[in-house]
Amino acid sequence: MGETISVNGTQRSLPDDPRITLLDFLRRDLGLTGSKKGCDHGQCGACTVIVNGIRINSCLTLAAMHEGDSVTTIEGLGTPEDPSPLQRAFVDQDGFQCGYCTPGQICSATAMLEELANDWPSDASNDLEGKIEISGEEIRERMSGNLCRCGAYANIVAAIRDAATETSA
Amino acid sequence: MTVHLKQDEPDTSNRLDGMKQGVIGQPISRVEGLAKVTGTAPYAAEYPIEGCVEGVLATATITRGEILKIDKDSVLGMPGVIAVIDDPRLTTRAAQGTANEAPQQSPRTVCYWGQPIALVVAETFEQARDAAKHLAVEYRPHDGAPLSPDAVEPEEQEDETVRQGDLVHAMSEAAHSVDVTFTTKGHASAAMEPHAAIAQWDGDQLTVHASLQMLNYNISELADAIDLPEEKVRLVSRFVGGGFGSKLGVSEETVAAAIAAMQLERPVRVVMSRQQVFQCIMRRSETTQRLRLAADQKGRLTGFGHEALVSNLPGETFAEPVLQSSHFLYAAQNRKLMLEVARIHRMTAGSVRAPGEAVGMPALEGAMDVLAERAGIDPVELRLRNIPKENPEEGLPFSSHKLAECLREGAEAFGWDSGPRKPRQKRKGEWWVGTGMASAARVHNVGEAKARVTLKPDGTALVETDMTDIGTGTYTILAQIAGEMLGLDPENVLVDLGDTRHPRGPGSGGSWGASSSGSAVYVACKALREELADRVGVTETKLDLADGKVAGGHSLAQVLAGEPLAREGHYEPGAIADDFTAAGFGAFFAQVRVNHFTGESRVDRMLGAFGFGRVLNRKTARSQCLGGITWSIGAALTEALEFDPRDGHLVNCDLAEYHVPVHRDVPDLEVIMVEERDPAASPIQAKGIGELGMCGGAAAIGNAIYNACGARLFDYPMTPDRVLACMPD
Repeated sequence: MGETISVNGTQRSLPDDPRITLLDFLRRDLGLTGSKKGCDHGQCGACTVIVNGIRINSCLTLAAMHEGDSVTTIEGLGTPEDPSPLQRAFVDQDGFQCGYCTPGQICSATAMLEELANDWPSDASNDLEGKIEISGEEIRERMSGNLCRCGAYANIVAAIRDAATETSA
Repeated sequence: MTVHLKQDEPDTSNRLDGMKQGVIGQPISRVEGLAKVTGTAPYAAEYPIEGCVEGVLATATITRGEILKIDKDSVLGMPGVIAVIDDPRLTTRAAQGTANEAPQQSPRTVCYWGQPIALVVAETFEQARDAAKHLAVEYRPHDGAPLSPDAVEPEEQEDETVRQGDLVHAMSEAAHSVDVTFTTKGHASAAMEPHAAIAQWDGDQLTVHASLQMLNYNISELADAIDLPEEKVRLVSRFVGGGFGSKLGVSEETVAAAIAAMQLERPVRVVMSRQQVFQCIMRRSETTQRLRLAADQKGRLTGFGHEALVSNLPGETFAEPVLQSSHFLYAAQNRKLMLEVARIHRMTAGSVRAPGEAVGMPALEGAMDVLAERAGIDPVELRLRNIPKENPEEGLPFSSHKLAECLREGAEAFGWDSGPRKPRQKRKGEWWVGTGMASAARVHNVGEAKARVTLKPDGTALVETDMTDIGTGTYTILAQIAGEMLGLDPENVLVDLGDTRHPRGPGSGGSWGASSSGSAVYVACKALREELADRVGVTETKLDLADGKVAGGHSLAQVLAGEPLAREGHYEPGAIADDFTAAGFGAFFAQVRVNHFTGESRVDRMLGAFGFGRVLNRKTARSQCLGGITWSIGAALTEALEFDPRDGHLVNCDLAEYHVPVHRDVPDLEVIMVEERDPAASPIQAKGIGELGMCGGAAAIGNAIYNACGARLFDYPMTPDRVLACMPD
């Protein structure tokens, strides 16, 4: 095995063609089609995955750049039999309609809640220092890179709030 | 066995209300939800098919002209390239909704910039993409293609024209009148899943996984395009990543994948780039709309004028039906309505969510706000005074009509202040704060549909139809209808959609899917109930089914005696379609703040109250309304297609430059569903939902901008530059 990358805990060989984006590598080479291609330009967030704990647009980065990295995709967060709290909350709150942006929303929200927990400030924060409280406005600001054309935003925010409350309770 | 119901009369039996399972209308979660949130629901491009090669469309870089040569040799030597497909059957536009025949073909004739002209196929996506970019094409351009709607003499759409009484006289006699011209910019559907197809040809049968809304029409369109008998084609669209009209008709990548798969005898996948989706699927036409309203002292309309100019390519039958709800929303004896279309060489114009009312209603409701101000009447009251008793043009009765209830209940829930209204009454720092409202209206459509329902010996049921779920909730509501009728928990009803091997229906579009295919499922279930009733010796109306049991002690499984029982329901709207004017109605209320210095407008809160017949699932129905209201925000503030005046190409062809609402643009939204049963809408008393939520909502925001800061705009979207230009000092 040459250069490898860890995807959902499994070591995988990186592809030979340097043009292959991380997204296309996941979707086509590994069959992990939960990560979606909505724009291929980092504009919609449907391809969001978590790399070494940080959310990124996987269409904007080449697979070859991720030797030794650890990637978590939507498939690594939960399964239909054992969904994550966020996945469950999205179902309960109807935080999606067509479902195409949904894996990206959930991967993004998973990492975003970590950022909030670590008190990373955002444009919606009152202060750059100190404790950040979870609020609708904080969630909306931090999730604005994930587009949903069905217009499920109000329910997505409700789902994230539910999951955040459940996890911190 | 097929059971046919042609509905000529309103159905007031409300049979779904008399059943025992108690699941209809309940806010149950989507049955396919876990598949979607875990990324395991497969969309069109995601089927793992052995040996699949990749196709990328090459598109024209001229506006109008002929292709003299496609130099295949320019790319055939590149790594991995298998073929360049320039077959004359390639389609160059997406089919319009319900076209049922091939759209424009002849790829060597270019009619708009960005038109598909060939497909490059290679072993990998990267190879195909590279080769498509390097494909050498020789053109002979034709100069002088008209690109702007005001550059040509428009064609009148005569079947839309209405002239009743004397509008000019009514305007001159009116106590209060308004004569204003609104413009709206073009919109894109921008569904999150790009158009995609995988075609497989086994030498006899063509199977295509595609992202399509209306399979029963799409199969005819595809078969016609590639000259194959329909029996040899199968279309599969189990999950569709949003449609909003853009996937009504078969589009270029599906036809190209099919032709390539048949020529190469290998499976071929073609996925459009986001830019291609923007440039060669469908745009909503820009519009220019003149509104004339004449009213008496009490604000009752005596004259109503709505004239609109839209555009499309030569040869397209579709003209944005801007006046659709204007024909019946408000009473007025003197009327003039006229729709004209300008033939220009921008990309194809077609259906985008709520074609017609999405742009017609914001203009009309903006004009109503001006009238309310001039007449000194509260905007809610003005609408209440002008609700007609019957269709003011055709004299037809309304199938049901909840506009007044929506206006009143919405105003109350929103906390609407019906006192005197003047702009600039409230300011917080740099921000002016104000409120606005608008009516909602959208025609109700219902179509012929078939569905098969099978009761299985284990006491579960299977629903099969080619109907699609594009995020609307079809999987769930069909499980609820069957569950209610057959006395089953919806968890025990498997709904199998999106396959042309199943009984066919009209598909998803025009908000007609739920009432059409839902009615077919209802008809099938009613026939199953009759057979079950017969077996246990009661009449069907007395047959109580709940939780898999037949009242009297039998389990469903016992009555079935080890054999499945199937019925195909065939629903067809009969005279009801002609005897009534059917529409969904509603009201929007918005609170907006406008920055005095930058002209930026933010929606702080928004409420929609809607009446659309029976609510089949309160959770998914509410989500449809939320989606519509979100689109209203985009239409009001940000969404605008921009075309290059030199060559007509769409400039802002991606999601960074075409601004759909994002999370932070959308506040908490409130939805009120006014319960009703519409007996003439369908035998399940349900009307369409998906489009109503954006039919007028932009006006509530625009009217709130005026109330907040005193800038009266007549151009959507109301971007900061436009607001600032109208901002009083």
